[in-house]
Amino acid sequence: MIHSLFLVNSSGDIFLEKHWKSVVSRSVCDYFFEAQERASEPENVPPVIPTPHHYLISVLRHRIYFVAVIQSEVPPLFVIEFLHRVVDTFQDYFGVCTEAAIKDNVVVVYELLEEMLDNGFPLATESNILKELIKPPTILRTVVNTITGSTNVGEQLPTGQLSVVPWRRTGVKYTNNEAYFDVVEEIDAIIDKSGSTITAEIQGVIDACVKLTGMPDLTLSFMNPRLLDDVSFHPCVRFKRWEAERILSFIPPDGNFRLLSYHVSSQNLVAIPVYVKHNITFREGSSQGRFELTLGPKQTMGKGVEAVLVSSQLPRGVLNTNLNPTQGTYTFDPVTKLLSWDVGKINPQKLPSLKGSMSLQAGASKPDENPTINIQFKIQQSALSGLKVNRLDMYGEKYKPFKGIKYMTKAGKFQVRT
Amino acid sequence: MLRLVWLHKTENERRVMIARGKNASDLFPAVVKNVACKNIEVKKLVYVYLVRYAEEQQDLALLSISTFQRGLKDPNQLIRASALRVLSSIRVTIIVPIMMLAIKEAASDMSPYVRKTAAHAIPKLYSLDPEQKDCLIEVIEKLLADKTTLVAGSVVMAFEEVCPERIDLIHKNYRKLCNLLIDVEEWGQVVIINMLTRYARTQFLNPNMNEGGGEKKKTEATAIVRRKPYVMDPDHRLLLRNTKPLLQSRNAAVVMAVAQLYFHLAPKAEVGVIAKALVRLMRSHSEVQYVVLQNVATMSIKRRGMFEPYLKSFYIRSTDPTQIKVLKLEVLTNLANETNISTILREFQTYIKSNDKDFVAATIQAIGRCATNIGEVRDTCLNGLVQLLSNRDELVVAESVVVIKKLLQMQPEQHSDIIKHMAKLTDNIQVPMARASILWLIGEYCEHVPKIAPDVLRKMAKTFTNEEDIVKLQIINLAAKLYLTNSKQTKLLTQYVLNLAKYDQNYDIRDRARFIRQLIVPTDKSGALSKYAKKLFLALKPAPVLESPFKDRDHFQLGSLSHLLNAKAGGYQVLPDWPEAAPDPSVRNVEVKESVRAVETVTARDRGPLGAPQNQRGQSSGEDEKKSEKKSKPRIGSSESESEEDNDSESESSESEEESEEESEEEIKKKKKTHTHTQRDKTHTFYIGVQMFATICKPAWLNMQFLLNPLPVSVPQTIVPSGNLKTYELLHRITGEGLSVEYCFSRQPFSPDPHMVAVKIQFTNSATSEAKSLHVEDAKLQSGMRIKEFPEIEVLPAGETVSVVMGIDFCDSTQAANFQLCTHTRKFFVSIQPPVGELMMPIFMTENEFKKEQGQLMGMNEITEKLTLEEKCQGEHAIVQRVTTAANLSRVPCGSDKECRFAGKTVTSGSLVLVSVVTKENGAAQLTVNCEKMVIGTMLVKDILQALTQ
Repeated sequence: MIHSLFLVNSSGDIFLEKHWKSVVSRSVCDYFFEAQERASEPENVPPVIPTPHHYLISVLRHRIYFVAVIQSEVPPLFVIEFLHRVVDTFQDYFGVCTEAAIKDNVVVVYELLEEMLDNGFPLATESNILKELIKPPTILRTVVNTITGSTNVGEQLPTGQLSVVPWRRTGVKYTNNEAYFDVVEEIDAIIDKSGSTITAEIQGVIDACVKLTGMPDLTLSFMNPRLLDDVSFHPCVRFKRWEAERILSFIPPDGNFRLLSYHVSSQNLVAIPVYVKHNITFREGSSQGRFELTLGPKQTMGKGVEAVLVSSQLPRGVLNTNLNPTQGTYTFDPVTKLLSWDVGKINPQKLPSLKGSMSLQAGASKPDENPTINIQFKIQQSALSGLKVNRLDMYGEKYKPFKGIKYMTKAGKFQVRT
Repeated sequence: MLRLVWLHKTENERRVMIARGKNASDLFPAVVKNVACKNIEVKKLVYVYLVRYAEEQQDLALLSISTFQRGLKDPNQLIRASALRVLSSIRVTIIVPIMMLAIKEAASDMSPYVRKTAAHAIPKLYSLDPEQKDCLIEVIEKLLADKTTLVAGSVVMAFEEVCPERIDLIHKNYRKLCNLLIDVEEWGQVVIINMLTRYARTQFLNPNMNEGGGEKKKTEATAIVRRKPYVMDPDHRLLLRNTKPLLQSRNAAVVMAVAQLYFHLAPKAEVGVIAKALVRLMRSHSEVQYVVLQNVATMSIKRRGMFEPYLKSFYIRSTDPTQIKVLKLEVLTNLANETNISTILREFQTYIKSNDKDFVAATIQAIGRCATNIGEVRDTCLNGLVQLLSNRDELVVAESVVVIKKLLQMQPEQHSDIIKHMAKLTDNIQVPMARASILWLIGEYCEHVPKIAPDVLRKMAKTFTNEEDIVKLQIINLAAKLYLTNSKQTKLLTQYVLNLAKYDQNYDIRDRARFIRQLIVPTDKSGALSKYAKKLFLALKPAPVLESPFKDRDHFQLGSLSHLLNAKAGGYQVLPDWPEAAPDPSVRNVEVKESVRAVETVTARDRGPLGAPQNQRGQSSGEDEKKSEKKSKPRIGSSESESEEDNDSESESSESEEESEEESEEEIKKKKKTHTHTQRDKTHTFYIGVQMFATICKPAWLNMQFLLNPLPVSVPQTIVPSGNLKTYELLHRITGEGLSVEYCFSRQPFSPDPHMVAVKIQFTNSATSEAKSLHVEDAKLQSGMRIKEFPEIEVLPAGETVSVVMGIDFCDSTQAANFQLCTHTRKFFVSIQPPVGELMMPIFMTENEFKKEQGQLMGMNEITEKLTLEEKCQGEHAIVQRVTTAANLSRVPCGSDKECRFAGKTVTSGSLVLVSVVTKENGAAQLTVNCEKMVIGTMLVKDILQALTQ
């Protein structure tokens, strides 16, 4: 399966390599560098590159390429999914997954990689089991380790690997028992020039933070489970029960995890929470262009739209802009031609707008493309699809846990064409 | 020096040194020493280091082997597993035999986790030494029969790497794999699903066979001719049903695996379910999107309807990477049909305005394909493309020209104005491909533009020398065509162009010029061909078909690397075509096995390829049953003769058993000498394994002599006449509600496990109704004790008697084995307590051996008692009879008639038991028992005393 892994930074240096079978020479990455040169953008490097003797499968996360070397047939998604799992694990352990973080924790990184794959086949990828094997580094532990010479490697043997619920470790104890669930929905939409919706879908997840003693068995029920017709679950969820009763029944992993993610795609269910009025024009012959943009709330169920950020890639011909925001700040990078406007909160009484002129390259003809506008926002205390949790019950343990649920809506890939 | 450096480093520095692994191979000896280090982290890093550098420093790596061998015997399963894991990762050929044995042993370990590790080790060993394939297949076969989810994924992975062609190994495990699938860890699921896809293709019939080729939508719609009713194999259905929930997995690879399974195996009407899941994956990371879109592109050609409802999910965002945009375009184009083309074209219009020029070019190509596929929109598309010709971006224009050329070829008559328009473009467009296309168009349809064509040629002749090669070729082409149709105006121009071409640098162009000159310019020498020049040049050319690059990619298994690259990758297993007629489905039937199979002990013999050759014991006792049944039917009531018959048959079968036992014993000896590990009798090879590892873990790890160590395996003998067996009651007729059960210690060796005592159990049904499904359940045993249940008795008719044999490992103690005896209605708590004499088995010894062994078992191990023999038993014969009845011992030949000697060994631990009875005058005698186990000795003395004095 996976033969070797190389980590390549944005300047094209291999800063870490790990081999699970016999050693593969670094020079195999030359094919990758070639492809990297050919690609105009970093994300345009093809994920699968064939070379005479190997296949390179890479993912790009946090401006680091994780390049896996494969020697024979294996489903590419298998490798890609695994590489992403590696990145997630690093992020989980070190907080960030940057070159510096990896270099600082090189020992832990090697220990992790060694446990995650055996002879190229995934062995322990559950973060819960890994954390039992290798303790995540914390500042305190680093200090203690340097003084006492003790280690990150867990002294106990990882019993989780053997249990029927591999995702949960045994003997969990908390003084405060609590279970929090965050329903987070992201709305992806394309709005066309005239303001009508071309496509809109909601991608939702329920992230949980469960700190409960012992082996609790939870059930979570929804007011409107019918919304969830396209879902994927954490392995802990009992699928049969969901099929039969539309109730989520599970023994939760300890700590943070993603319980389920769902997808609402039918148009009528998706309400677009903001609208944009825009007028971006370039006139033939003049070196000036007009730029007007106004944002307003729409169908937000009374909740405020916050943390609004507008960004747009202006055409290459634009030299500079001279704009006036009614609120927030805007920046324009004349090199990358990226305009971004940090709006903040939308006040329905006084709608934020950005107006002014753009100066174009003199003599050049008017750009024929109009920029698209990307919008980010957050709406607290509301899930756009209307999903509501009904109740959470716990069985199997005697104590009363503290329960909490939070809803949030965010913009995902929200684009307005002009 | 290096060692000093190493020792002086602090622990933390060492960690870093090992982890970095930079040029660290010269430190190898110093590092390997730390393999026995107490610090777990250092230990683990040493493992990492060892595995990395072992190949380069083979001799030194061997130093560490003994540590792992010790680990293999650790009582903690996790340590056993990790020792096996590291041992098998050391790529040094000389330890192959050690690895092989370790894997075999681990494959029958009690712990599923260790068995999983064994499955992981198989491909490692295989890559190190492919010659071990046959042995490894046996281990794989055994592990495939494992019933735990932990093992399933890993063993299928090993199967795929070592012997993917041995599809026959799957038959028996097919249903089990299907049922376990949902609980297997996600990576294992992917491997199993891919393997089962291939399996299903060889074993089941095509569910879509009634739909002709199933290629084009039109033929599908019209020609549904039912040849014969198709009925899906229930196993096929099982696979589809059990994989469907996995579409909900969070792991994209699992979802993709299920999707390809449905695409390749499901009836057409059911394939649709995968679309939703695949569309959901599109929200994932761009690499995942890339792979999923490639597969969707292939699927959407074959099954367009499936993705049509999700058309809008494939709309392109300006922030998508180019490679994703291009793939989405591909899917959109495949999905286009008469009803949705207008929306798709509107979408395309926005795309054309994009900043990303590669993407724009791809969009134009896509428009061209839509136009060729859907006749209704051809004109609209063409007009749109023509408008693009006035685009400022040259690339866009060039791409449009190329596409327009292809479109025009379909119906040139109506579009002479477009051709005229394009002719004008030659002044501006510089992209060679576009220029070449325009020239070709004008040449091809010169009769539609008779006035412009010569003028274009004139302009081209002027710039000929500065053109690119493909353009030059097209200029020559144009000249030739014009010469043939309009020689009056263009004769000189053609000559001029041909002359220029004659001295061109490119030999292709020179050749072409020469060839054309001969063909079209009539000279005296010109051959017969020139008559046909017009036909050659102006023949009607078929319009090009614009095809998706993803067409016919589905002959590769979807989701595979080969499919993605559209080229066969190494190790790719071809997805076979459906068979014409389904192979025999009964191969997948699994016989209901004895429940003992679930408790994986060392009984490995029973896993034959068909499951039929179960262990000999089971079989012979089965035969017993049949025989006794047959015999008892005609003469119910004559219980005496019946039991006689029964015993006869029993001893018959046991004789044959002995023979085979002896045979295999010899085999083992042979094996020991030749070091070959072909195993015909796994139980015994395992036994060697145990012995071997007992020896191997001495520091002299490489000393292969251990294989020659003598084995304390005795040749079992049955001497006790069956009539002497004492029967005990297990269940009384009244408490058992008509079912009475008796047992006796048959004193036969229990062949599935030599460490067990064979207990013969006889069921008599004296009730009026029949008893069903008699079996053992819920054994409550002291630690270390084990039970091997008898095969379930399905029916015991009223008045009948049946006997079976079960094995119990009492661990050399007289503690009772408690278990439940179940019928279909009741459960009875019963217990079997062995007399101490049944815990041993006879061995043969010579007198000298006896004396020697006795000499070694003196002191505490010797118990002597004086006794007075009973009157009746003062003869030698009587003594022998009474002693052998009390204990399962065999007589040792003895010179004196005053002394009787007996020898045996305990069943579980194999400790020697030596008994001697010396008779004196007046019935006085002295009994001596020598036994390593003092408790056994004391109890045995008591029992024999009782037997002799009463």
